Amino acid sequence: MPENSAGTLATPPSATPRIKPPRRLAGTVYRGREGMWSWVLHRITGTAIYFFLLVHILDTSLVRLNPGAYNGVIDTYKTPIMGLGELGLVIAIVYHALNGLRIIAIDFFAWGPKRQRALFIGVIVLWVILIAGFAPRQIANIILEATGHPSA
Amino acid sequence: MSTAVLEGQPTAPAEVPSFTATLIIRRYDPEVDAEPYWQDFDVTMHGTDRVLDALHKIKWEQDGSLSFRRSCAHGVCGSDAMRINGRNRLACKTLLKDLDLSKPIYVEAIKGLPLEKDLIVDMDPFFESYKSIQPFLIASSKPEKERIQSVAQRARFDETTKCILCAACTSSCPVFWTDGQYFGPAAIVNAHRFIFDSRDEGAQVRLDILNDKEGVWRCRTTFNCTDACPRGIEVTKAIAEVKAAIIRGKA
Repeated sequence: MPENSAGTLATPPSATPRIKPPRRLAGTVYRGREGMWSWVLHRITGTAIYFFLLVHILDTSLVRLNPGAYNGVIDTYKTPIMGLGELGLVIAIVYHALNGLRIIAIDFFAWGPKRQRALFIGVIVLWVILIAGFAPRQIANIILEATGHPSA
Repeated sequence: MSTAVLEGQPTAPAEVPSFTATLIIRRYDPEVDAEPYWQDFDVTMHGTDRVLDALHKIKWEQDGSLSFRRSCAHGVCGSDAMRINGRNRLACKTLLKDLDLSKPIYVEAIKGLPLEKDLIVDMDPFFESYKSIQPFLIASSKPEKERIQSVAQRARFDETTKCILCAACTSSCPVFWTDGQYFGPAAIVNAHRFIFDSRDEGAQVRLDILNDKEGVWRCRTTFNCTDACPRGIEVTKAIAEVKAAIIRGKA
């Protein structure tokens, strides 16, 4: 850094001095560990599940208003896009449920906070196993629906 | 270098190898800059040096305008908490050799408190929430003789007596970044220190203060605070204990 050789005291001259600048707080992304990223995932999946529930309440309420329209809506759920959406929903719910149990353990058991990292690994392992069981069946169903054969 | 001999050789110890460390520091001078900006400095350092030593070297030899807080420089006063490579650390407790020196070292002010200048933030909101949990002994008896406490009673809150109020935990908390009203981990740790002290009679007062929308229930157990604490306090665990005490209705 030749500009920063000994003796230079001033910061690079800036154009317009301002008395009250915006106090921007952003910097680098905080490098949190498992705990922080588990929370980020929990938030994302939680928000996704919330929006699903909104739609779900609307479509289920249709059954009282207009059973025909209800059947029409349910039929659209057999399209591949909705099938993939269901897969995403199950992925989100399984993570949210398992991590929820982890948070309960952290809050209610003395051993919880100390074991949180191991618990998180357990959550991820269980999550992968459960999805590995569900995803092939769901994808098979999507293909069956798309190709016109009756679903299993 | 000759081979080491056992005794009586007061020769100069082998010279500590030096290397060049690059620090990229987030600078901000409110009287000149509209926005904070990153500035890099190269300094020749030794493996025994800490980030604080590098900052001193920059300030003393390269750019005297660099501003940061530090007092004891030995991890006791809690003045020099800053974000080093994206994590809250005390500059005086972070050895350069423990960092990846093949990459530059990013140093910036702690997050979530108003930036004043360079690495200095306004700590007033932090100390306000500390004050609001009444961090002092509340006892009805006159202090005429010592208040006897068993070893086990003392051990109950030993962990949270270690806090040095450096704000590394509070400013590592994602809830605190987005919601400045949250008491923050440090205030809860210091409430914990008195709530579980057998000599103190104000536990219920503090539990009522923390049983609030912006109290312990804001904690999302991200464990950033536990990872950031330079004193090794299990902050998230302490918060969980306060939550449990509120549910039980007593300490």
